Amino acid sequence: MEIVIHIVTVLVVLFVVLNIAAGLIWVERRLLALWQDRYGPNRVGPLGLMQVAADTIKLFFKEDWVPPFADKGVFILAPAIVMLTVLMSFTVLPFAPGMQITDLNIGLLFVLAMSSLGVYSVVLGGWSSDNKYSLLGGLRAAAQMLGYEVFMGLALMGVVLMAGSFSLRAIVDAQSKMWFIVPQFVGFVLFLIAGAAEMRRLPFDIPEAESELVAGFHSEYSGMKFGMFFVGEYVGVVLISALISILFLGGWHGPLLPPIVWFLIKMFAFIAFFILLRAGLPRPRFDQLMSWGWKIMLPLALANLLVTGAIVLAVK
Amino acid sequence: MSTAVANTTILSELQDKFGAGSIVPQETRDHIPTFWAPRDQIHDIVRHLKSGVPSPYKMLYDLTAIDERVRTHRDGEPGSDFTLIYHLLSFERNEYIRIKAALKSDDLHVKTITNVWPSANWYEREVWDMFGIVFDGHPHLARILMPRTWVGHPLRKDHPARATEMGPFRLPDQKQDEEQEALRFRPEEWGMKRSSEDTDFIFLNIGPQHPGTHGVLRIVLQLDGEEIVDCVPEIGFHHRGAEKMGERQSWHTYIPYTDRIDYLGGVMNNLAYLTAVEKLAGIEPPPRAQVIRVMLSELFRIISHLVWYGTFAQDVGQLSPVFYTFNDRERAFGIIEAICGARMHPNWFRIGGVAQDLPQGWDSMIRDFIKYLPPRLIEYDKEIMRNRIFKARTQGVGAYSAEECIEWGVTGPNLRACGFEWDFRKKQPYSVYDQFQFDIPTAQHGDCYDRAAVRVEEMRQSLRIIEQCVNNMPAGSYKSLQPLSAPPLKPDNTMHDIETLITHFLGVSWGPVIPPGEALGAIEATKGNNGYYLISDGSTVSYRTRIRTPSFPHMQTLPNLCRGLMVSDLLAILGSIDFVLADIDR
Repeated sequence: MEIVIHIVTVLVVLFVVLNIAAGLIWVERRLLALWQDRYGPNRVGPLGLMQVAADTIKLFFKEDWVPPFADKGVFILAPAIVMLTVLMSFTVLPFAPGMQITDLNIGLLFVLAMSSLGVYSVVLGGWSSDNKYSLLGGLRAAAQMLGYEVFMGLALMGVVLMAGSFSLRAIVDAQSKMWFIVPQFVGFVLFLIAGAAEMRRLPFDIPEAESELVAGFHSEYSGMKFGMFFVGEYVGVVLISALISILFLGGWHGPLLPPIVWFLIKMFAFIAFFILLRAGLPRPRFDQLMSWGWKIMLPLALANLLVTGAIVLAVK
Repeated sequence: MSTAVANTTILSELQDKFGAGSIVPQETRDHIPTFWAPRDQIHDIVRHLKSGVPSPYKMLYDLTAIDERVRTHRDGEPGSDFTLIYHLLSFERNEYIRIKAALKSDDLHVKTITNVWPSANWYEREVWDMFGIVFDGHPHLARILMPRTWVGHPLRKDHPARATEMGPFRLPDQKQDEEQEALRFRPEEWGMKRSSEDTDFIFLNIGPQHPGTHGVLRIVLQLDGEEIVDCVPEIGFHHRGAEKMGERQSWHTYIPYTDRIDYLGGVMNNLAYLTAVEKLAGIEPPPRAQVIRVMLSELFRIISHLVWYGTFAQDVGQLSPVFYTFNDRERAFGIIEAICGARMHPNWFRIGGVAQDLPQGWDSMIRDFIKYLPPRLIEYDKEIMRNRIFKARTQGVGAYSAEECIEWGVTGPNLRACGFEWDFRKKQPYSVYDQFQFDIPTAQHGDCYDRAAVRVEEMRQSLRIIEQCVNNMPAGSYKSLQPLSAPPLKPDNTMHDIETLITHFLGVSWGPVIPPGEALGAIEATKGNNGYYLISDGSTVSYRTRIRTPSFPHMQTLPNLCRGLMVSDLLAILGSIDFVLADIDR
């Protein structure tokens, strides 16, 4: 019986997450359009909502083409990796009390590990395409991830110190009185930035930099394999937004409304924020981004960790 | 007119140095000092003019040729089959000089001047491509506008001009393979190495289809990692033979073709062309026509700069501004449409004036726009120019000095961004620009950011000019009544007797017969100095139409700007120099 419940939970989470991600494509296009004085998709279905369905059908029916010069096995594997790793992270996220697939006691580490593995999809996709633009995109992605993974993890250690656990449920429980965004504001900002970089969203989209590398690592991809990268990016946005809500904004905590509603409100606020970032900012140069990451963000994350550790020790 | 040439001190200076017999002056309609010189001495004369004379001619403004073999009116000119024409510009004298060299068909050789001006490189390649004149000692005399596989030299008079004069086009597999093979980039041809001691270079082909090149431009990058070691811009994909078409179209029917040279500049192109035509025809358009022309030209300067503004922001990764600026441009196009009936290519100026009088309500539309745009520009300043990431991407990137600009023939906002205050609207006023108040914005560093800052400020100055036009629009006719105006207005006495009827009919059908002569009409276009050098052989069509565009020399400077920088910087530089491919290739 327990197994059935588990399987049902997994399927429900998978279903909801994928639908939110797909819906996000519509949300992003409409929001960007709103901010850019234009309409966005508004023809298919009510308010253009069915645009995503139409696009998905189109992607499914496109020829599943692998360029003859590509490394075939790796080329096919790469988009699968991105979907797999991002979706795996959702297994440890507590959405509301009782709504979680599994509560690993190293949940946060698991998420970080999965996001690190996700880099492989970009690097391998860029390399196996055997295209100079893709190669440059893959190289940029590798360098960017190296730079940003490090302080992304460090930025979260303050939260872990304060909650005393890697378990995401325990972290949410520890915020019942005060959200970690207050004592861990530096960590919050650092993670927000690292999160955007992790998702390769503007202003950190240098691996695909449309106006420079055309589409970077996925230049050669088409059909549903491209769709996997595409949806993977949106699932990533959902993941990072959910993580920020859980780690810094008290997850499901909040007055009056049911826990899951609070969780969703917080998550969507950050999703909208990431879309706004994309509408507003230019793209820094690759070397500027790297030196910024290593020279400013990393020392800040270390200092934050040091101070938090000292305070936690003193209080104990 | 002859006194104008004889009085110039430069003639005696040249004759003292090179012998009175070898420097022969020629009268021209545009009063630019014009001298014929022996072919073998051209190199030395040009070098002397650049560095040997007081107030030297620092800029190679243009270099082109004429196929003279079927020309009839050559009064007082030395005989030649082909003529090479060097246009130089002295900023200190504020004067052009034109040096011509006669060549015979059986000996089309001349010494290169690329060692005097590096910018002569592309110009000489173009002359070789179009006329088959060989420049001895040129570093890489290859075709530049035509495909490498092209047979013949298109601007020769015996080369066919239309598809119907050639056989049907066929592209069998074998020919397609050859054409594609001809496009393969071979680094050795450009003096590049495939590897250095410690690295193998990547050769990255950007374009002809690429979102960052703003048109069909191909740039081959020699990369060490992401660092640009060298680059080769390859142009010609947008070449449509505009100069050749000028030899078939009547003076009047060529106007629409000019619209499409700098296709963002609209009627501003008409103005450059008509400035030259009206010099040849001796027409002075009435004041109302002049002010209408200035007003619309400045409106088009704003339109062009708005396109540049949005796309430049997009080149450095900012997604939104392009939508805002294109919306503003749309408003400006609303005015253009109301006045001219068309938008991007209004084709609205005519020989001797403009096509029609202004419609009712034109002034309120423009006043609305003058009120509307400045707050928007302030908003863009906040969003783009003061954005820290934008600054980090553009400041100190792709800088050149005023000396380099002059050396490479750079004009317009790109020159002014180096701190050199030179605007042809002020320095050599054409039309009625001398009657307007406006400032010439300049900047100091000559980098991508400063080039942008100059253009942003230029939009405000253009608004000032437009406002003065609205407030002081003169009454009177919108077109000259002089006989060579085209199409001729119908004065009261036109349709009364057969003579005036015939004259009017010929003026409308054949168009005017422009008296023989030559003239350069150069204006401060949206991107720099745009000049039309027209030769009339006393006929209804131009004998030779030379279009000197600003984007051509600007693109040639690209390798100097991007060496040692990153791929991302290349895109920022391309955005900042504001070129139009049709303006480069013609």
